[in-house]
Amino acid sequence: MSTQQQQGQHEHREDLVAAPSRFPLREVVLFAILMAAILGVYAAMGAAYSTRMLVEAACYAILALGLTIQWGYAGQFNAGVMGFVALGGYSAMAFSMPVNSEFWASPLSGELGMVVLMALGGVMVVVGASRLHHLGVPRRLRTGLAVALALLFYLLVSARLGVVTEQIESQFGYIGGLGLPPWLGWIVGGALAGMVGYFIGKVCLGLRSDYLAIATLGIAEIIKAVLKNADWLTRGTATVSPLPWPVPGPGEVGFTLARALYFSVTAVMIVAIFLLLTRAYHAPWGRMIRAIRDNEISAAAMGKDINRRRLEIFVLGCILMGIGGAALGSFNGLFDPQGYLPLNHTFLVLVMVILGGPGNNLGTIFGAFAVYIIWVMSEPLALAVLELAITFGEGSFGWDAPTNLDSRALQARVFVIGLLISLVLRFAPKGLLPEKVKHHG
Amino acid sequence: MNELVFFFNYVVVAGSVTGSIYAIGAVGVTLVFSIMRFAHFAHADMMTFGAFTVLLLTTAFPGAGAALGLPTAVVMLPLAMLLTAALAVGIDKTFYKPLRAHGVKPIVMVIASLGVTLMLQGLIRLFAGTSGESLYVDDRKEIFRLALPFEGARAPIVVTEPQVILFVLTIVCVVGLHLFLSRSRLGKAMRAMSDNPDLARASGINTNLIVAVTWVIVGALAAIAGTLLSLDVTFKPDLSFFLLLPIFAAAIVGGVGHPYGAIAGGFVVGFAETLAVFNWSVLLRPFHDRLPEWLASADNLAFVGTEYKIVVPFVLLVAILVWRPTGIFKGKVI
Amino acid sequence: MPLLEARDVYGGYGGMNILNGVNMTLEADQIGVIVGPNGAGKSTMLKAIFGLLVVTQGEILLRGEPIHNLPPHRLVQQGMGFVPQEHNVFPSLTVKENLQMGAFLKPGNVKRMLKQIYDFFPPLYDKRHQPAGELSGGQRQMVAMGRALMAEPSVLLLDEPTAGLSPLYMNEIFEQVKQVNAAGVGILMVEQNAKQALAIADKGFVLAAGQNRFTDTGAALLADPEVARSFLGG
Repeated sequence: MSTQQQQGQHEHREDLVAAPSRFPLREVVLFAILMAAILGVYAAMGAAYSTRMLVEAACYAILALGLTIQWGYAGQFNAGVMGFVALGGYSAMAFSMPVNSEFWASPLSGELGMVVLMALGGVMVVVGASRLHHLGVPRRLRTGLAVALALLFYLLVSARLGVVTEQIESQFGYIGGLGLPPWLGWIVGGALAGMVGYFIGKVCLGLRSDYLAIATLGIAEIIKAVLKNADWLTRGTATVSPLPWPVPGPGEVGFTLARALYFSVTAVMIVAIFLLLTRAYHAPWGRMIRAIRDNEISAAAMGKDINRRRLEIFVLGCILMGIGGAALGSFNGLFDPQGYLPLNHTFLVLVMVILGGPGNNLGTIFGAFAVYIIWVMSEPLALAVLELAITFGEGSFGWDAPTNLDSRALQARVFVIGLLISLVLRFAPKGLLPEKVKHHG
Repeated sequence: MNELVFFFNYVVVAGSVTGSIYAIGAVGVTLVFSIMRFAHFAHADMMTFGAFTVLLLTTAFPGAGAALGLPTAVVMLPLAMLLTAALAVGIDKTFYKPLRAHGVKPIVMVIASLGVTLMLQGLIRLFAGTSGESLYVDDRKEIFRLALPFEGARAPIVVTEPQVILFVLTIVCVVGLHLFLSRSRLGKAMRAMSDNPDLARASGINTNLIVAVTWVIVGALAAIAGTLLSLDVTFKPDLSFFLLLPIFAAAIVGGVGHPYGAIAGGFVVGFAETLAVFNWSVLLRPFHDRLPEWLASADNLAFVGTEYKIVVPFVLLVAILVWRPTGIFKGKVI
Repeated sequence: MPLLEARDVYGGYGGMNILNGVNMTLEADQIGVIVGPNGAGKSTMLKAIFGLLVVTQGEILLRGEPIHNLPPHRLVQQGMGFVPQEHNVFPSLTVKENLQMGAFLKPGNVKRMLKQIYDFFPPLYDKRHQPAGELSGGQRQMVAMGRALMAEPSVLLLDEPTAGLSPLYMNEIFEQVKQVNAAGVGILMVEQNAKQALAIADKGFVLAAGQNRFTDTGAALLADPEVARSFLGG
């Protein structure tokens, strides 16, 4: 008899005792405090500012829900939320910006199309070559051939693409958007993020969870590098603005009302996602996911297709991040690839999840709003603390007074977020609203 | 001939430089993995910390190197190694040990190390800013030009002083590490613990001591890698995540938990990066007249632009995870 | 004073008791053998003695000193050696390095002890520079026992040393266990091959459901018809 099994049984017994239905006192108190904080911000900073904060917090809540199902439901750690957020933001931009008719009328659009066809043809040839072993070609030869062909086509296509895109950049800036409603871009953004997630998950989910963290960290930096440097797609560092909104913009109905409308859209999204996730959590699918997380070996012994379930949950999480990122991107009104930072778009979300309660959707939403309010409000605070530190530093060590206070304040926040992660892991590993683990088999 | 010299300078020398840095970095990551069984995300910022310590010490005593005929930064390196080792042990005691004692899953340790890396990052950049700074505060970077005794070889082989120092230190590190792991009692105990921690405990090996020793070595190696990187170009406080990916890729390509594999993996990743951004059209120049027009007219035949360099270790990482997740040297933990 | 004594030991994993009051005494020069059906708590008892699981009740004494719930490396210091059933060598370390690890706490003795171990297990001398992972099962068992003996223990705990070995190697291992014991090391081992093990045992403990069922000399247990019928397969 294995020790794990015995421990498992023991835990189950404890859970049965510890999970009676009760009045949700903790939830009520925490949300009351949150409500009071929001009202306080409204009183202090005015309605327009505060509503903007709420919309952003709502977008972050969607991101956090994506992360909480990956981390809380399934124990997968995604260290590259930023990449999926950026993909969503790009998609929102690409779909909602007006069509660049000058570019589409020029011969360059045809040439770009040719490059795309070339790339597709190349992919087909390479895929074909990789299946040659069905025709009796030795496997080694097949692999060598496929790799050589892939490299060749890659060089050809990228050389051609380089020429075409350079001309696009110099003549038109970038290829423009599709002129479609933003929400279409949000959905496609989710799909894009899901596709990247599928690829990463397919490679990593059968291995130790560390590999997933490394790979997601890498893909996030790569997505950012592509969006930053592919000027013909995104205008790169020149940024794209203003992005249209799915609701009437501030120019039509004023800041507060426009933002309030936007907020109601995101709020509806959160409620919908929350309800869907809660249902899934209690459905057999959710039980299976948690069974796999809690005891992989016995879940596998029960004949559950572990890697498939894991892939599903990971892709689902990435889709939510893409959608949340798209909503956030549209709201910002500005697509700036350089504005995507690991701190703001990965670690802030992580703090929201682990502080709120990984695996507990309500806790995660609470965490998202609470942490975002603290985050926004800490900016003036951090500056003040920094000024104090500099005065002290100058006095004691003769430190050169830094000129770029803002960027230094940012670094202070990097430190605080890091400290927060460490403290929560150590002293409140289950968050403020822990997941209520019930007996499941 | 000149093209070959160009190739040597821009691929062989540059690849060895990058490879050495990745190799030393990857050894640190792999040692943590083999003893504590988690991917240590704070390693890149430990490297930065080491380099930053060297920068501070060099600024404080700019003339110290002249007495020994070495760049001051190199003279300060041992002290920085000591400080970084102390930092590593301190971080472990404060942040990792309590979690370990709690028996958390390895992935929680990974998140904890991300918390640590953010703290380090924040602190370093708070003081150092985010712009680059040369470690050659008061010294001059020597550049050695070796003219070749061949007809028609006008371009010399160019190696800079920091690169020579880097090669020497890399060899010292590799040999030192090998001797430590294969000859010393603590080194063998480290390998034993990497093989089977339970049996190590049952043999009376004090695993807390081994963990501390590991952090000392990891910290010292991180300081070396970070300093060498900064010596070669400049000290850049904001490299963290860009450094982490190639280093992890190197450790995994070599076989996680396998120090010699990490060294090999470091050079594989370093050369792959250099070859990928190398402009191959230079080598085609002598045959210019005989090439088809489309090939001869291409003036940039690099696989990826330098701005996409980070794609290279990622592709290597994915390739190795798909085809051979245990790495070249059959790592133990996957 | 007995070398090793267990008084009414309760213990298990995660709050579930597997041991429900086990008693044992072993004198300094004796071989003790624990037998019993699967799930009786034989290996669990060994692990409890070596501090690998929580003893919730009762006490374990080594030369009269209480040792229950001490960490393993302290027990090694106090003269106890433990050979697990599985994963009992460091596969990537050479045979010699494996043995050196056994003397981690007493580095001064390595040379002398290595010579002794090679005398005990001559095949190991020829393979001393080979990684232990490449050895056969029987040779690995020798490395494992050798590693534990390097610390010069006064009592050696063996968890099914003959599991998975061919009969030829099995006899050899029993022979070596007797030799080690003759050199003055108390032995407490868990064995599936009950008859052979009891034949070399000074003391036998038959466990069932985490409790002592029979405790006597090895010879007496072998002769007991009830023991034979219920536990030795007729």
